[in-house]
Amino acid sequence: MRVSMDIELKDTPGQLLLALNPISELKGNLKSIVHHHEERTPRSTIPVQLVFEIEPANLEVLIGRLEDNGIGVARVDEKRFTAHGAVLLIGHIVHTDIQDTIDTIDKTGFAEVVNISLSMPQIDMRSSASLKIDAVGKNELHEAISVLRQVAIKKDLVVIEPIEAEIS
Amino acid sequence: MRKVRASIIGFGSVGQGVAEVLLRKGDELKSLGIDLDVVAIADSKGSEVNLAGIDLKAALGRKREFGTVAIDDLTGEDVIKSVDHDIVIETTPTDIETGGIGLVNMVAAFEFGRHVVTSNKGPLALKYRELVEAAKEADRKLLFEATVGGAMPIINLVRDTLAGNEILSVEGILNGTCNYILTRMMEEHASYEQMLAESQELGIAETDPTYDVEGIDTACKLVILANSIFNQDATYQDVDVTGITKVTLESLSLAYDEGYVIKLIGEVKKDRLRVSPRLVPASHPLAVGGTLNVASVSTDLAGTITVTGRGAGSIETASAILSDIISIYKD
Ligand SMILES: NC(=O)c1ccc[n+]([C@@H]2O[C@H](COP(=O)([O-])OP(=O)(O)OC[C@H]3O[C@@H](n4cnc5c(N)ncnc54)[C@H](OP(=O)(O)O)[C@@H]3O)[C@@H](O)[C@H]2O)c1
Repeated sequence: MRVSMDIELKDTPGQLLLALNPISELKGNLKSIVHHHEERTPRSTIPVQLVFEIEPANLEVLIGRLEDNGIGVARVDEKRFTAHGAVLLIGHIVHTDIQDTIDTIDKTGFAEVVNISLSMPQIDMRSSASLKIDAVGKNELHEAISVLRQVAIKKDLVVIEPIEAEIS
Repeated sequence: MRKVRASIIGFGSVGQGVAEVLLRKGDELKSLGIDLDVVAIADSKGSEVNLAGIDLKAALGRKREFGTVAIDDLTGEDVIKSVDHDIVIETTPTDIETGGIGLVNMVAAFEFGRHVVTSNKGPLALKYRELVEAAKEADRKLLFEATVGGAMPIINLVRDTLAGNEILSVEGILNGTCNYILTRMMEEHASYEQMLAESQELGIAETDPTYDVEGIDTACKLVILANSIFNQDATYQDVDVTGITKVTLESLSLAYDEGYVIKLIGEVKKDRLRVSPRLVPASHPLAVGGTLNVASVSTDLAGTITVTGRGAGSIETASAILSDIISIYKD
């Protein structure tokens, strides 16, 4: 399962490792860390947001180990991709850095590209791609598609979105 | 029995369709209490006027044989201003730059106290508010079911049958030419250019297809829907438009592999007017093929209602005009 977790670190060196080690010990797969160096909680701790994949059975164990390491666990959310959508792109998809296009979705944190099929008739001709996007909810899927729309305008790609009924 | 005198201004495909339908449906009209005479017909060359009622069969024959009905030099506009009658059936070409002669004709019709029934999108897409105001001031009707979706009922469906519902959105295929091209690309595994050429040969697409394939025609229809159903004051500039010219065969195939077809969809919501190629699940009611039009109306009470039908064609479009004419005198 995918988990989003807010933790609080003491402002001393080595704290982040104390938080990350238990995740890898339990075979978790870290997806993102948002580390707010300048921010402080009212308890003078540093807030950090983690997103990772972990076996559901290991989550409780993990929380125990973090707390043993003196790390505060402020919030735990299971992040489930409940919304799924397909989108097509047409244009010079590869030349305009396909990885960067995908990254703009993945970077949102609430949606990611889980599959991509590319069809290139000939070099220099416009190619077509179908992207499957998973998101944590319908609204986030809408948002992810509109992020994609913005990128597509910059890269002169045509975006073919699902009809409204498909994503609402 | 109510005596009704009408003019047909513009005697092309739709105008002639109206004449044929009136010939065929004379008895039905009489059974509804409407005794309709066409007292004038105008094309670009002039007109025929006969206050006792034009012989429609002869007029159609003459148009076919000589290319014009003109006997008089009177223009359509002259007819509207000088010939005493009740309804102007306005079927001149659509001009979306200025509204063209259609706009002039409609304004004149109201000025002279005549109802307007039309298939001409231009004036409605450009000057909806002004025309509605003029109609109101003249206490006459402005009916335009034929402008959106041809024979497919949408404007009257919402106004009459779905009365009382709040309309949340309308989403659909409103251009048969684009639907034909996209459908055929997939059927024949052919390129956009090849299927455009085919539809031009079949007379489905115009020699200059820009108006259809760039989504302009669909956008005009959305503006009419937004103004008439959503009571907006929208113009063409408010529509976000992408046509079908960049749709590749590869994209259609990729879509197909995921269970989708690609259709040029027009979408009207309170805050959004958009024309764009979209993914439609192959089993969805909007996934109609060929030249068909389709619209899904989403409402607060009735849920979603989907209608489909022929979006163009001489007799089909005349059908929408006939039902508008009848609705004027029905109550
Ligand atoms: N065809 C369809 O299936 C369809 C469906 C829905 C809506 N519409 C709309 O309905 C309207 C008519 O379409 P259509 O297919 O019938 O077009 P069309 O075949 O081109 O016919 C237009 C007619 O208007 C006449 N005309 C042009 N300028 C005129 C003027 N200044 N005064 C009087 N008559 C004039 C033309 O005269 P000539 O005959 O002398 O050239 C012709 O008879 C258009 O606005 C179109 O967008 C058409």
